[in-house]
Amino acid sequence: MMSDDGIRSTYRSYNEWFSEQDNRRLAKKSAQAEALFKRTGITFNVYGQSDAEERLIPFDLVPRIVSNSEWSKLARGIDQRVRAINAFLHDIYNRQEILRAGVLPVKLIAQNDAFLPQMMDFSPPGGVYTHIVGTDIVRTGEDEFYVLEDNARTPSGVSYMLENRETMLQMFPELFSKIRVQNVGNYPKNLRRSLEASAPASCNGRPTVAILTPGIYNSAYYEHSFLADQMGVELVEGHDLRIVDGHVAMRTTQGYRTIDVLYRRVDDEYLDPLTFNPNSTLGVPGIMDVYRAGNITIANAPGTGVADDKAVYSYIPDIIEFYTGEKAILKNVETYRCSEPDALKYTLSNLSELVVKEVHGSGGYGMLVGPAASKRELADFADKLKAQPENYIAQPTLSLSTVPIFTKKGLAPRHVDLRPFALVSPDGVDITPGGLTRVALKAGSLVVNSSQGGGTKDTWVLED
Amino acid sequence: MQLQISHTTHYRYDKPVDYALQRVHLRPMTMDIQEVGSWNLEIEGGRIEASYRDHYGNHSDLISTDPGVQTLAITATGSVTTRDTSGVVGKVYGRAPLWHFLQSTPLTVAGPKIRALSKIIMQSDDQLSGLHALSAAILEATPYKLGETDTNSTAEDVVGIGSGVCQDHAHVFTAAARAAGIPARYVSGYLMINDQIDQDASHAWAEVHLDELGWVGFDVSNGVAPDDKYVRLAVGRDTRDAAPIKGMRLGDSDETMIVSLQVQQ
Repeated sequence: MMSDDGIRSTYRSYNEWFSEQDNRRLAKKSAQAEALFKRTGITFNVYGQSDAEERLIPFDLVPRIVSNSEWSKLARGIDQRVRAINAFLHDIYNRQEILRAGVLPVKLIAQNDAFLPQMMDFSPPGGVYTHIVGTDIVRTGEDEFYVLEDNARTPSGVSYMLENRETMLQMFPELFSKIRVQNVGNYPKNLRRSLEASAPASCNGRPTVAILTPGIYNSAYYEHSFLADQMGVELVEGHDLRIVDGHVAMRTTQGYRTIDVLYRRVDDEYLDPLTFNPNSTLGVPGIMDVYRAGNITIANAPGTGVADDKAVYSYIPDIIEFYTGEKAILKNVETYRCSEPDALKYTLSNLSELVVKEVHGSGGYGMLVGPAASKRELADFADKLKAQPENYIAQPTLSLSTVPIFTKKGLAPRHVDLRPFALVSPDGVDITPGGLTRVALKAGSLVVNSSQGGGTKDTWVLED
Repeated sequence: MQLQISHTTHYRYDKPVDYALQRVHLRPMTMDIQEVGSWNLEIEGGRIEASYRDHYGNHSDLISTDPGVQTLAITATGSVTTRDTSGVVGKVYGRAPLWHFLQSTPLTVAGPKIRALSKIIMQSDDQLSGLHALSAAILEATPYKLGETDTNSTAEDVVGIGSGVCQDHAHVFTAAARAAGIPARYVSGYLMINDQIDQDASHAWAEVHLDELGWVGFDVSNGVAPDDKYVRLAVGRDTRDAAPIKGMRLGDSDETMIVSLQVQQ
């Protein structure tokens, strides 16, 4: 809701405070924040940029503010989506009712690279597939949200949510006494509790949780070590683990210790060389055997990537209705499946207006943003589309709402998206009030991916 | 027919092994065409870490070696009562949908040679006689011969090499059947060869799915339909899914493997 002076009511208190601030002081604070991030070592490795192996994601000190009522709707929508996705994954790997019912075309699963046959005829502990979900959402207007991606596989970025808040609390403590903002700092504690609640039924006593990282060269290594530290659990690599007494166990100074729940940040393909890629040195040979025998929980479950496929995404409203009997609370972006001749024709003749994404892609790689592309880029992309239409989907560019960022010339509007984090366990779905707000730092740009030069800012959900 | 089976796989390592794993499919399952009486899996030099049904319903065991061993022996013994159904396994389904068995795997990708073989099926009056013709054509193109192919030979390779063993025949057959649009799978198991108690190795054959009959077996290497002299151990899309033993070890030791197998009435 806008008031007469054009300021969203959620920003009113913040704006009062901001108007009393001296711009030079804020510029200094901004530099301080950057130094703080550098010191904690929070960096992001950008693939395809050899000159800048690790770099900081720029931080903007103006928080993105969401009202409690908008948040409630968002949270209900995410909860519904996450439950439907878990029901969908269980069905796809077991009875496949949704395929029998003809709601989803078989080829969408049969030709899906993320579908793992090794997950068929199996229920993971507690029936949970997506222990951690990071739904990408954009706001286009008052109470109007669209889901861009569900990120059911391995959502990253929660460390930014936590560090951004921590930095804001350190730099502007007075703001938090003036404005009541919901807490996000319990996330590590809640994550640990949620993972423990997902332990296999065979586990006695307090479950042991560990994080499996591919190692220091992984772009998200900082986050892996940060979360292990915050949760108070071990950070392990594949070579620390072996199968002992029917369980996956980690080497410790007192011998091998059983792991009950492994939060793995290693991709499916590399998770078990005895089952998947035999050349992988990042995984744990035999972990899939222990898993199927019911003696470990793998978070997120192998094969959840099926739900992240962008062609499957286009069916999520149907998937929600099929499993919950409810209409989707959050909207999907209208999606043209280029595998369908009419959709392909429409996409080719409206390429300069559309965003085209690879069906299996993620992170903003390999996508075309029509309005920002040159004639040459459009022509090249049209060739790719014609060669492999089933590999692409197209979406209209949304008129994203903007939020203010701090620039040398004062506040300026920029496009943002939002990735809230949901934790799923047999006890239910827990959504942290807040999330990672990514912001396009170039004026007018719609691309917020950190790998494509976006920044982040703190996300505030107001108390009332 | 009641078959008595004793199957030992003996590994000898040239240095003490710190850690090695074997995933085995060495427990036949009871189904319409075979009933498992007693069955026992015994490990010397190692232990069973996990026992479970895999995604095809196969009984699977994960075995680890004891630290520092130089030998590992895995012995399966028991008896199975079998029925002769002329190769028809029937309409028995697990969770894996039929479309899954239409998909090729790295070992069963259809190249030009496999596609040429698959035409034999389409040129026949009906699928069943086409599949019999395919089986005969494969044995003619790749007569049984040890040592020319290895465990990583693809179906397409095997046709190029011009000979193969039972595993290769099953791969070529499944690859060609899939190329013709017929769901096909790989089966590992035992075969009692008449007048012979000691068998050289475990056996492999193929099954295809036909609308009227369900799953039907073809033993290309012997040019027959599997009967009551066959015991099924495991199924999958190729040998990597269904092989009786698949393993890996850490370190640089070399291993030699000796198999001793007796199948008798």
